[in-house]
Amino acid sequence: MSTALRHPLPGDASRANSDVRLSVEQVSYAYAANPSQAPLFTLEALSFQAKPGEIVAIVGPNACGKSTLLKLISGALEPLSGRIFLNGFATHSLPVKTRAQRIALVQQESRLIFPSRAWEFVLQGRHPYGGGLRFESEEDVLIANNALAQVGASHLADRWMDKISGGEKQRIILARALAQQPLLLLLDEPTLHLDIGAQVDLLESLRRLAAQNRYTVVVVTHELNLAGEYADQVVLLQKGKCLRVGSPATVLQREILEQVFQAPLSVEITPSGRPRVTLFTNK
Amino acid sequence: MRPLTLTRLLVRCGILALILFAVVVVAMKLGAVQVSLYGLGKDLISVLLGRTSALSSDYGMIVLGIRLPRILLAIFVGASLSVAGVSFQALLRNPLADPYVLGVSSGAALGAIVALIIEGHLNLSPEMAGLITPVGAFVGAAITIAAVYLLGRRDGQIDSTTLLLGGIITASFLSAVIMFLMTTLSGNNLRGSAFWFMGDLSTPQPRSLQYFLSFGFIVAAGAIYTTASDLNLLLAGEKEAMHLGVDVPRVRIVVYIAASILTGLAVSVSGTIGYVGLLVPHVMRLIFGSDHRMLIPASALGGAIALVIADTLARTVTSPTDLPVGAMTAAAGAPLFIYLLRRRLS
Repeated sequence: MSTALRHPLPGDASRANSDVRLSVEQVSYAYAANPSQAPLFTLEALSFQAKPGEIVAIVGPNACGKSTLLKLISGALEPLSGRIFLNGFATHSLPVKTRAQRIALVQQESRLIFPSRAWEFVLQGRHPYGGGLRFESEEDVLIANNALAQVGASHLADRWMDKISGGEKQRIILARALAQQPLLLLLDEPTLHLDIGAQVDLLESLRRLAAQNRYTVVVVTHELNLAGEYADQVVLLQKGKCLRVGSPATVLQREILEQVFQAPLSVEITPSGRPRVTLFTNK
Repeated sequence: MRPLTLTRLLVRCGILALILFAVVVVAMKLGAVQVSLYGLGKDLISVLLGRTSALSSDYGMIVLGIRLPRILLAIFVGASLSVAGVSFQALLRNPLADPYVLGVSSGAALGAIVALIIEGHLNLSPEMAGLITPVGAFVGAAITIAAVYLLGRRDGQIDSTTLLLGGIITASFLSAVIMFLMTTLSGNNLRGSAFWFMGDLSTPQPRSLQYFLSFGFIVAAGAIYTTASDLNLLLAGEKEAMHLGVDVPRVRIVVYIAASILTGLAVSVSGTIGYVGLLVPHVMRLIFGSDHRMLIPASALGGAIALVIADTLARTVTSPTDLPVGAMTAAAGAPLFIYLLRRRLS
């Protein structure tokens, strides 16, 4: 179910459509070790749409195709069928530099082989806006400083990247993505190595940033409750199949989650109308 | 936040260039024939201003005719090997990469020797014959780095230990082939094995080759420099670099070819001088940080300084006998390599 359908504007479907920023249309993908063999993994055709300021969470068990879907959206992979549009342009066929100006990807942290300072790292986000040898302008510095401030990490600017905590590093990586001034912000398991406080902090920042800067955010996560609390839409995947797309309350329901995760659990709706999932450990 | 500016880059390079100038003056003074520093400085500036006729000294012949060409060769070889080292380190994401350690220098040496053998069977003009060696060395370097790159891959990723082992094994295998050619084809004019294994800057180069080398250096180092900010991002990994707008395949091919050219040119005129490409970029990184826009020119100048010093030591320490310059660089570089390796493993 798309957002446009969730909040229909009676008699004005075309206007509702023009508001869509990210449109995933019947996208499928297959991964094979070599072309002559049967695919090892298939992602079946799925569709959803997202507007500026919206957060979409992709959830599901391990190896369900979450990261593959994110790579397809980022344009790094080409869909086997179907298309993914960002403001009307297919993400895969954008030139690398243009793509980096519109789509920022926050991946699970990578290892640096030579030390660099946090501000140097954030300034890398300005790379898509410059040529090979260009030196950073005052505007670039301003944007990078602003990005650091937006994630509450201005005080970390002069620290070395290998001397800060996991949560702090995650903020710096997010700041670099913001410095790209993207339309679409993609995050792959951003909360993986964070404690619960840092996880909530990060998601709070994401929601604030999405609202302020009108980013469309797509986040892959294992944390059903974070998805339930912060997302506008949830995409539930299992073994490469999209089971449901829609608001957290319509997707995160007990029967389907028990079937997907093979574990007994309960779902209650909080006063704010958000679903909260509790897993029973006595399986 | 203090990003690199053009002014800061030029000031730092200027300082390094001044140090290089001072080192060159001292290197020209030292040697069997004594020369005064003051007269030398004056003469050198006259030469730089193009007033060769104004030379007052009668030792100008020794200093400018014999010592200066050798120093210029050291500058060229040092700069080439260091820039090749920085490039390989970024391209392979390995701080221990260097043309010598990876076996690329040995590949270039073998390519040069094969070119010399082929040249003996062709009837070429002296100018063309001089150019065939650097071209052979380039081909040898390019094939070797491709082979080492493939050897170093595991599950589609570059594994740094496998890569280094692959390089060391390749170097040892290529040395065996070189030894074989040296022994079986001793009648040909292939230079001595000491030249190919330890490096030597004492052979005078014809003028046409000097121009060819300078031109090759400017083109190859310039091509690498155009990818400087891309290399900064490549350090974080190829996928990440791509998401930040780096055209990874293009950068990879440019740097790969240009670094092979630099190694090939350097090896064809000086043999395999080890560790310069490892030691110099590392020291420059400690001083100036990891930004390649600064690191590449700094390594070029630093490599020139380091090799001029090493060569001056090589020809003065045991004077009047020359040591191979590679012995000097290995004596300084091998302990550093061990230190870096241990720090990386811990």
